[in-house]
Amino acid sequence: MSRIVDSIYNIRLLDDLARKDTVIHRIHPVPKLLATIVYLIVVVSFDRYEISGLLPFVMYPMVLILLAELPAKPILKRLLMVEPLIIGIGILNPIFDPRGWTTFSSIMIKSGLTVTTCLVLVATTGLDQIAQALRTIKVPSLFVLQLLLAFRYISVLIEELARMLRAYALRAPRQKGIRLKDSGSFAGQLLLRTLDRAQRVYDSMRLRGFSGEYHSYGKSTIKEKDLLYLLAWSLFFIAGRTYDLPAILGYLVEEAISR
Amino acid sequence: MHMADALISPIVGGAMMAATVGTAAYSIKKIQNDLDDKKIPIMGVMGAFVFASQMINFSIPATGSSGHLGGGLLLAIILGPYAGFLTISSVLLIQALFFGDGGLLAYGCNVINLGFYTCFIAYPLIYKWITRKGLTSGRIFGASLISAILGLQMGAFSVVLQTLFSGKTELPFGTFLLLMQPIHLAIGVVEGLVTATVVTFIWKARPEILESSAAGKAMGSISIKKVLTAILVTTLVVGGVVSWFASSNPDGLEWSMERTAGTAELESSGSVHDLLATIQSKTAWMPDYNFKTVTEDGVNSYTGTSVSGIIGGGLTLGLAGLIGLMISVFKRKKPKALEKQ
Repeated sequence: MSRIVDSIYNIRLLDDLARKDTVIHRIHPVPKLLATIVYLIVVVSFDRYEISGLLPFVMYPMVLILLAELPAKPILKRLLMVEPLIIGIGILNPIFDPRGWTTFSSIMIKSGLTVTTCLVLVATTGLDQIAQALRTIKVPSLFVLQLLLAFRYISVLIEELARMLRAYALRAPRQKGIRLKDSGSFAGQLLLRTLDRAQRVYDSMRLRGFSGEYHSYGKSTIKEKDLLYLLAWSLFFIAGRTYDLPAILGYLVEEAISR
Repeated sequence: MHMADALISPIVGGAMMAATVGTAAYSIKKIQNDLDDKKIPIMGVMGAFVFASQMINFSIPATGSSGHLGGGLLLAIILGPYAGFLTISSVLLIQALFFGDGGLLAYGCNVINLGFYTCFIAYPLIYKWITRKGLTSGRIFGASLISAILGLQMGAFSVVLQTLFSGKTELPFGTFLLLMQPIHLAIGVVEGLVTATVVTFIWKARPEILESSAAGKAMGSISIKKVLTAILVTTLVVGGVVSWFASSNPDGLEWSMERTAGTAELESSGSVHDLLATIQSKTAWMPDYNFKTVTEDGVNSYTGTSVSGIIGGGLTLGLAGLIGLMISVFKRKKPKALEKQ
């Protein structure tokens, strides 16, 4: 039960963090989204044996977390939650390849970087602004609208679910989960309640003038500093992809010492 | 069974994303023709339902394990394939953004694996076929069970293909397949049972919900051929063209740089570039994705680790930590007025 209540808190947390007002939060959502996409493509494009070249890419999520004053703990916790699947597939590499541990480490670093960066994007932008960015890049309003609605109603339905689970648990003491034979009526009831709720939601939206369009209130335009942000990070990512920066650093230091 | 960013290559991710965008655009066009605007809130709230329902654990008798509802098929059955596909897409986007379940680059892969097969193959070809002579609770149960199992099998097979095409695993194709398919058969049976009991319950409680979607009202008729052709063409075009460019140039990124900058290497005239080039050739300890086997300049033939590589790696992390420290010190000096918002 507490797990369910926790999940409501968890879902809200990143969106709440996005309401902060820091240097990073103030950057226009479109360049922020694009910078993250460039980052992801560059990180993922590294060969499977690459380790050292990936290290400079720690900078991006780290600088963002610090500048945006995000708490590191919940983000790391989420990262740990998705790791098992990646470990599951990655761990088989060492069995089939003598250099498999290199591949495994490379996959682990990549997953750490990509997952953290995604979460940081939401925590500094928020779903409303991401939706606006999606509209700006011409994603149809139908999709954006139902994305926002789905997100909005997740916590409502989870509260509903928590009430149903509590009622079930009180009538079925010492039982883990829900019996399979009850699954139809249990999930089915939730589904019926959901559909009824959707009807009420639709009715109240109509009363407030909904006509199938997505409107957002006033949004700033992309300014020079936003473009500069995108450009600077992209240059860094491309430099990091083209040159093995840690190796260069190591070489320079080695030369300096030997002189 | 979400694909993760770390397990795919940009080409596979891009091809799958193109296929997703194509299918989604087609679905939007399809439902906009005959959509009453009521569908939008229903889709949204149903997306939230799938999300919430996946938190219910149904205990499987005598195994001690548990399973949950599969989303894509149920959405297709209730909303029709097009609206169902769009709804599962938005659920997957929320999962990717807020939970890191699958990533942004792997988003296309996940929509195809978990949404496309269930909504556009399992639903129209299996579910609709079994229930073609009218709905009965027996047919509904069987149809949901079989479509859920087969939908998940196709998704699992697709995960295998995407991982192998991305070149991120050493597993031989057959071994990987033998690992993935049986696991997902077990998961699929449970998902199928839960989905089947839920759909049967809905049929008994409120048959009109299923009847309206079965009649294809407000959902658009299914022209699976068009969707399949479109998706196949986009995947092949994007995957094929990009792979061709990528293989004729050693690196996809270099190719894109060549297009934008006119040269594969970013040329800066003068000694800085020469220095960097020398350094790179000396320090690239995995040139052309192969390990140096010679042990000149301290390269270890087995792990490919060079002394300067290790020093450099450590220094990079140290430098990153230092920058981080500087930012936090700088931040702490500033008034914290805005923090308690």
